[in-house]
Amino acid sequence: MITIYAAAKIITMNPAHPHTTHVAVRDGRILGTGTLEELAGWGDYTLDQRFADKVLMPGLIEAHSHLMEGSLWAYTYVGFFDRMSPEGEMQKGCKNLEDVLAKLSEAEARIEDPDAPMPAWSLDPIYFDNVRVTRADLDRVSSTRPIGIMHASGHILNVNTRALELAGLLRTGVNHDGVPLGQDGMPTGELKGPDVMTPVSPHVGFDRDMLACDETGMIRFGKLCVRAGVTTATDLANKLPPEVVALFTDVAGRKTYPARIVSLRFHHGVSPQELIEHAEALKLQSTDMMRLGKIKVVVDGSIQGFSARLREPGYYNGAPNGLWYISPEHLEYILEQALARGLHVNTHTNGDQATQLVIETMERALRKHPSADHRFVLQHCQLADVAQFRKMAKLGLCVNLFANHHFYWGDEHYRLTVGPERAERMNAAGTALREGVPMAIHSDAPITPLGPLFTAWCAVNRLTASGRTLGEADKISVSQALHAITLGAAYTLHMDGEVGSIEAGKRADFAVLEDDPEKIGGEKLKDVAVWGTVQAGRVFAVHDL
Amino acid sequence: MSLPNSNLPVTILSGYLGSGKTTLVNAMLRQANGKRLAIMVNEFGDLPIDADLIEAEGDDLIALAGGCVCCSYGDDLTAALAQMAAMQPPPDHIVLEASGVALPGAIAASLSLMQGIETAGVVVLADVGQIEGQLANAYIGDTVMRQLAAADLVLLSKVDRAEEAQICRVGEVVLAQSCGAAMIEVAQGDVPLEVVLFPPALRARQAGQPHGNAAGLTRAVEHPQGSINAEAYAKALASERVVIRAKGHVLTPEGMRTVQVVGDQWEVRTAPDGVQTGVVSIRITQDLASA
Repeated sequence: MITIYAAAKIITMNPAHPHTTHVAVRDGRILGTGTLEELAGWGDYTLDQRFADKVLMPGLIEAHSHLMEGSLWAYTYVGFFDRMSPEGEMQKGCKNLEDVLAKLSEAEARIEDPDAPMPAWSLDPIYFDNVRVTRADLDRVSSTRPIGIMHASGHILNVNTRALELAGLLRTGVNHDGVPLGQDGMPTGELKGPDVMTPVSPHVGFDRDMLACDETGMIRFGKLCVRAGVTTATDLANKLPPEVVALFTDVAGRKTYPARIVSLRFHHGVSPQELIEHAEALKLQSTDMMRLGKIKVVVDGSIQGFSARLREPGYYNGAPNGLWYISPEHLEYILEQALARGLHVNTHTNGDQATQLVIETMERALRKHPSADHRFVLQHCQLADVAQFRKMAKLGLCVNLFANHHFYWGDEHYRLTVGPERAERMNAAGTALREGVPMAIHSDAPITPLGPLFTAWCAVNRLTASGRTLGEADKISVSQALHAITLGAAYTLHMDGEVGSIEAGKRADFAVLEDDPEKIGGEKLKDVAVWGTVQAGRVFAVHDL
Repeated sequence: MSLPNSNLPVTILSGYLGSGKTTLVNAMLRQANGKRLAIMVNEFGDLPIDADLIEAEGDDLIALAGGCVCCSYGDDLTAALAQMAAMQPPPDHIVLEASGVALPGAIAASLSLMQGIETAGVVVLADVGQIEGQLANAYIGDTVMRQLAAADLVLLSKVDRAEEAQICRVGEVVLAQSCGAAMIEVAQGDVPLEVVLFPPALRARQAGQPHGNAAGLTRAVEHPQGSINAEAYAKALASERVVIRAKGHVLTPEGMRTVQVVGDQWEVRTAPDGVQTGVVSIRITQDLASA
């Protein structure tokens, strides 16, 4: 059964035939691209004209997201920016604290059980002049039901009085940097950092394992993928116990599931030896739709949380250096063993010292275990300088830059965390490409919304939320950005042979667009409307979700 | 005066990779002598417990000889601590082995947020042969400094593999980083259990002492004869500068009482049923106390 799709334009990402009008598909794979006459030679076909006025691109690839983006939608969204729910409801952004409280009150009124906790997410007081949200504010929503709001950054939780009470923290004498106290000596309800958030978060209805995702969440994640034109997405940090693997494999393998999921085993909670063994075992369980066997290593914390490891001159506001989440010795063991056994490693490094550690460790590990094509990826890698990018290129490292961060927190980085000069060089996509480092760009959803075309817009324009252009020299072109969210991302996942471009033999994964991203102009790239996707030959329309 | 011992005490064991935490934990278990210790480790990777001490192994809990247990806390310390505290019967003491790059001060601060447990102290191990290099390391130097700065007690480990001059030099370096913590030299984890479990007591007794070693600590058992005044007995022990820790049972006109001394603090409570008289005390030998 051959289907030939006709489109207004097909952007193939294949330099030999960059643009065409028809693509022939059989059993989820591409037979070829070209004119109808050229494709007719494959035999009997059905001509499908539904995309006749659409633009097809290779299915977009989100190489750094978390399935948790889907599960968060079970909670109340109170972010500053308008955000599309999986079901297609455009949730209005909360522009001030009163908006937040009004939205919470509305949601609160709908919950029948008076004791049920109410979790909410994506609060960002940065946009309300950094007003400090207190438990008294949230008590106006309810004084009897525990309420907790996770900040957009994921690093701060605001709770009401009832939640503090349940967690045993409604008392004087709490002595912790992450727990600011009010005039009365009691916690204000702001909880900063994972150490103080985890003891309280279960009381407000957040799962203990913040990165967990259930079946409903995974299905919602799939819907978000269709809305964003995504056909392959990563779940970048998961413990992947057997029951989770079974669930993911089941859901992703359903005929109705629209995205290929790549889930990485992260290093927390197991020894380096166990990590390697688990990744090897997972690799054998990998399926077409559920890819397993890759490793995620978290090396440091976050820049806006002041827990990223920075080289000199450190934090702009004088904060002490951040935290290591793995010892250099364990990192070295993992890199060496992974190279020796052909496992793919992705390292989270936000600060440039963490990046430097990976680079130096990798150089030694490669001397022991030379590998011509390991493609290990530095994830985020937000502060890398030119010398580090040059070194990455030499060592065969890839980079996946957090382009969206620039828009959402660039102003904070300029003003507070790293200061103007280094804020300009953050997520230096232009430098990465000039130095020859294979590159992807990402959203880190749910930290920022899933949407590779928006991410591409961020990398092209480098605008902050306040409208400041940060790092003119590191802007990339529209075609470079489109490459980064397709073939570039596929390369960093070792999947460029099967996805990332529209070519004979590859998976029939397409993003179906209403607008032409090559014509709309870089400043409007984020406004390209997505009709839906074709994933392994199956059509998913946004309007059918 | 009473000890705040209604909460389950937690001693945080910190130190960079290879500093001897595992050896110490095993030595502690061998001294437990009826005390129910719960050992918490980041992960079971290199099994932290000697095989002969293990009675039964589960996925995240290992049952050990003498009612002790060992569990891994992975990436959810809070949940694991709550689970330990809820064990029936509850352990007498939790020993929390922090990962090599964790900051014990931050862990202690987090523990202060939890109900029903309290930090008994922070013990940081420093390998006499490695610590100077670690402090000078561009990547981990500041982490190791922050670990030492949070210590109540520094154990300068592996001194059996070092020359006296090296031990002295390194001891000075470590003390300079550890802000008045007590320090003792150890080999093969040979240090009295009570000292590790209640390190601040030693800190109070040994303030300003540049060098001490485990050989300078003695363990004695006293059996006070006849019926005595438990309060007076406890107070007398607490006032002895060389006593850093004592616990046991004495007979009083009102019946058996449990006496507990940590540094200069003491407490007397009604004893559990069926106990015998006898008080174990840990003392600093005179030369160490007056050095």
